Amino acid sequence: MFKYFPHTKQDIELMLKELNISSIDELFAAVPKEVLLDHEYDLPSEMSEMEVRNYLKTLSDKNQELLIFSGLGLYDHYTPSVIDAITSRQEFLTSYTPYQPEVSQGTLQYIFEYQSMIQSLTGLDVSNASMYDGTTAAAEACFMACSISRRNKILISSTMHPSAIQVIKTYLRFKGHEFEMVPAKDGVLDQDALSGMLDKEVAGLIVQNPNFFGLIESYDGLADLLHENKSIFIQHGDISALGVLKTPGENGADIACGDCQSLGMPLSFGGPTIGYLATIKKHVRKMPGRICGYTTDTFGNRAFVLTLQAREQHIRRAKANSNICSNQSLLVLYSTVYLSIMGKQGIKEVNSLSYQNAHYLYDQLLKTKKFFDPFQQPFLKEFTLETTLSHDLIKEALLANGIFGGFSLSGFSDDYENLINFAVTEKRTKAEIDKLLSVLEGLS
Amino acid sequence: MSKVLKGLLYSNDHEWVKKLNDEEVLVGITDFAAKELGSVVFVDLPEVGDAVEANTEFGAVESVKAASDLVSPVSGEVLEINEDLVGEPEQVNEDAFAAWMIKVKLSNKEELENLLSAEEYEAIL
Amino acid sequence: MKYDKLIFELSSPGRVGYSLPKPQYPKYSISDLQNHLRTTDAVLPEVSELDCVRHYTNISHKNHGVETGFYPLGSCTMKYNPKINEEIAKTFSFPRLHPYQPVSTIQGALRMYHELQDSLAKISGLSEFTLNSYAGAHGELVGLMIMKQYHHFNKDFMRNKVIIPDSAHGTNPASTTVSGMEVIEIESNDQGMVDLDALKAVLSDEIAGMMLTNPNTLGIFEKDIQEITRLVHEAGGLMYYDGANLNAMLGKVRPGDMGFDIMHINLHKTFSTPHGGGGPGSGPVGVKDFLVKFLPNPTIKKLDDYYYISNEADAIGQISGFFGNYLVELRAYSYILNLGKENLMNVGPYSVLNANYIREKLRKNYELPIQDFCMHEVVFDGLKHNPNEIRTLDVAKRLLDYGMHAPTIYFPLLFHQSIMIEPTETESLQTIDHFIETMNQIAEEAKTDPDTLRNAPLTTPISRTDEVFAAKQMIFTYKDYLEYIERGE
Repeated sequence: MFKYFPHTKQDIELMLKELNISSIDELFAAVPKEVLLDHEYDLPSEMSEMEVRNYLKTLSDKNQELLIFSGLGLYDHYTPSVIDAITSRQEFLTSYTPYQPEVSQGTLQYIFEYQSMIQSLTGLDVSNASMYDGTTAAAEACFMACSISRRNKILISSTMHPSAIQVIKTYLRFKGHEFEMVPAKDGVLDQDALSGMLDKEVAGLIVQNPNFFGLIESYDGLADLLHENKSIFIQHGDISALGVLKTPGENGADIACGDCQSLGMPLSFGGPTIGYLATIKKHVRKMPGRICGYTTDTFGNRAFVLTLQAREQHIRRAKANSNICSNQSLLVLYSTVYLSIMGKQGIKEVNSLSYQNAHYLYDQLLKTKKFFDPFQQPFLKEFTLETTLSHDLIKEALLANGIFGGFSLSGFSDDYENLINFAVTEKRTKAEIDKLLSVLEGLS
Repeated sequence: MSKVLKGLLYSNDHEWVKKLNDEEVLVGITDFAAKELGSVVFVDLPEVGDAVEANTEFGAVESVKAASDLVSPVSGEVLEINEDLVGEPEQVNEDAFAAWMIKVKLSNKEELENLLSAEEYEAIL
Repeated sequence: MKYDKLIFELSSPGRVGYSLPKPQYPKYSISDLQNHLRTTDAVLPEVSELDCVRHYTNISHKNHGVETGFYPLGSCTMKYNPKINEEIAKTFSFPRLHPYQPVSTIQGALRMYHELQDSLAKISGLSEFTLNSYAGAHGELVGLMIMKQYHHFNKDFMRNKVIIPDSAHGTNPASTTVSGMEVIEIESNDQGMVDLDALKAVLSDEIAGMMLTNPNTLGIFEKDIQEITRLVHEAGGLMYYDGANLNAMLGKVRPGDMGFDIMHINLHKTFSTPHGGGGPGSGPVGVKDFLVKFLPNPTIKKLDDYYYISNEADAIGQISGFFGNYLVELRAYSYILNLGKENLMNVGPYSVLNANYIREKLRKNYELPIQDFCMHEVVFDGLKHNPNEIRTLDVAKRLLDYGMHAPTIYFPLLFHQSIMIEPTETESLQTIDHFIETMNQIAEEAKTDPDTLRNAPLTTPISRTDEVFAAKQMIFTYKDYLEYIERGE
């Protein structure tokens, strides 16, 4: 017997008898002998719960938990304890996609609340029920732009995260779309270069704010420029920052996308996180993924349902907007609870504390004369510097003190050879920041 | 039982064509198609001035559980679209033959000869 | 009165539910960002911690979960989600690792990934897996990209068509379109099986491959599978296995042995990770040896006892930010370790036994269109004796009144009144007998009390919903909702 299989010998015999057969193997009579497995898997033997825990603990012990002073798309923000308590509830954790609204109002309601919050944070009209992550949300946003404009070329800002750029390129290349990179100037999108690249082939432009270097970009006049060319404006970026920064809506963007990991989600070695995708109402039918809408039940009670499903793969098949079939629902709940707990004030305070911590570190690093700011642009919680020190030296010295920070960007591109990244959230104490500084001050 | 209106022309894709004069026709979907779809919630139409081509898509209709491309039975230029359907897509279910979708200026009148009569269409239902 | 509030309706200006440290460096002010800042605050709730916790606890009561009651949802494999997996995903170091940390500090994380992919390869009869793909549909897309890349690598640019049976899951054709290839749909026979003549008729040098799930979407084993894979391979195509129905095959058949070259696995189906109300899932993609170099970047490699991250030149590219839904992968590995080779052998057999038992016990009252034994799920075509024309929808909704989740309905499309039941191996004979009794009772009600069925469910938090209203009004946010109330329609 095994704890997840309730079948006793008597149960099995009784069931076989009902089926008028003598062994379970007879149920597999349709399987040709040549393909039937005739041996056990080449895997370890079963483990007790204690043994599983011990084994995975030994793997865990081969990792080192570090004090995080870098970002690059994943931010070490504070997680209110409420979130785990709620997201661990089996009603949320173990349920399926809410296809039966009568027994899924819990899921549907938090999706509706999430969509409302994303709408307000992005300043656009409508959000879907989420995408896998920020990078795939960006790729899908590019598909949307091609579909809305009926054009074939995407312009990608080279100040985006290299991973997002890679994912967008993979998606576009396979689908048969074209792309061109828009150069950067002083660490931000070069709008002059961009205006020279706009032609009748351009479906849309995708930019990131704050960008890969942590810098805040300014998009004055950009929406008009794109819309005059009948091109779509996509703004990608960290959702938490939109609690304080100018919204995609205020910038005139048609689509907003990015990752919600910054809403207190653990780093999780990169996943799961959750991608958000929002747009203006006019384009809602071009949006991929699930959407939840308000309605009533037969007694007039308020109710929520998945709607506009005729866009999706299970109805449209080969003609669907996208092949996506799930959302990151549990992380939709995570985001919604985070934004409820932090609320209107908290989201600003988190950004403000991170801003202060990051700017203190920035000033102190420049004072050492070993670090320089090649860009001189405004930033929020993440910044990128040049240094006279060896990147390996920094990495090793910080690691010896249990710190991950000053991440070298040289691996991403030859153009980034001398750049290193720092990010500081509200979680870092003065003592931790000073420790980082003292290590770096001691290097030469 | 779905209605088939005499005097109109029909396509195998369940669109109807009404001749307004020698040059111009209205196009819509048949009562049968509307019933198959169920409650229509959205009609996606082309823009005035767009070219349509026989046997190719010019838009889509959507119900809660299904979606279907609109396939033009004729070629030509879109002169008008039925804006009412954007706000009140349910008109398609209420009276499919009144809920015309596009008015087309024909570029190839001979295409009309390939379409079905009411009797022929009824036979394929 | 049932609980009926949105979180926004509990909000009061100035109320807070968080506590953060005091500013450490008050001389810096975010207002220095001036015109880079948003002009109005985001509309977010202002609630106390208790109000927040109580709200989400209350709405959780409106959900049915696997631990609430039986969840016989066909094609979804709603098995039990072991608690040890949850504990491990939270307690150890894994959640607090940044993927860009120095490789020396993430050896355990890389090793877990490598061991899991290796275990999946052994279970599938393939060479290597990527775990980077986030979900089943994402896995399909990645697998199709690999298929396309392979043909392009061989300068075989003509091969751009993918054969898909009309009985396939909707994601198959949708993923094919996204991968930039064309769908060739072939008609299935009356058991939803591949018609060999229909297959032969479409084979050509333009075929990139074929996508197939086996058991098929009707829960029947495709017995001509060897002939199918032979024909497609002979024509130069690759075989893709949609792992949605893999649960039935655990311990009995490996996709690699059936002749498949590429496949995805839904860890949230077959390997017990929770569905989370629709995600996060995980959709690892496995391939045979000759396709390994096309797997997406980044990849995790092993040299003796050292694990490292590598980006390969011939790879399809990157399809995810990092290493997929890592904590979901960790849960699946915990499950595999827990079961071990002995118990994994029983997953398929027990799930198939449960499904056939239900099939036998319900055939008296429900129309059984296929006479052969089924695999892990059984499809009925509505009620057998049905004087009141009760629809499948009504049967499914009535089941909710009895504390069980509805089966999958109206899929597969081959039948008009499809009811697809998948019991999984984690359900006991008592639970299954109770389900059978209930289904038979509903069949009786269909004759004697049809209106109750037509109006069901009656005991759930809400009754049937107006989906046409939702699609027409398009109220997607609290803002839309307030505007709608304002209009007073």
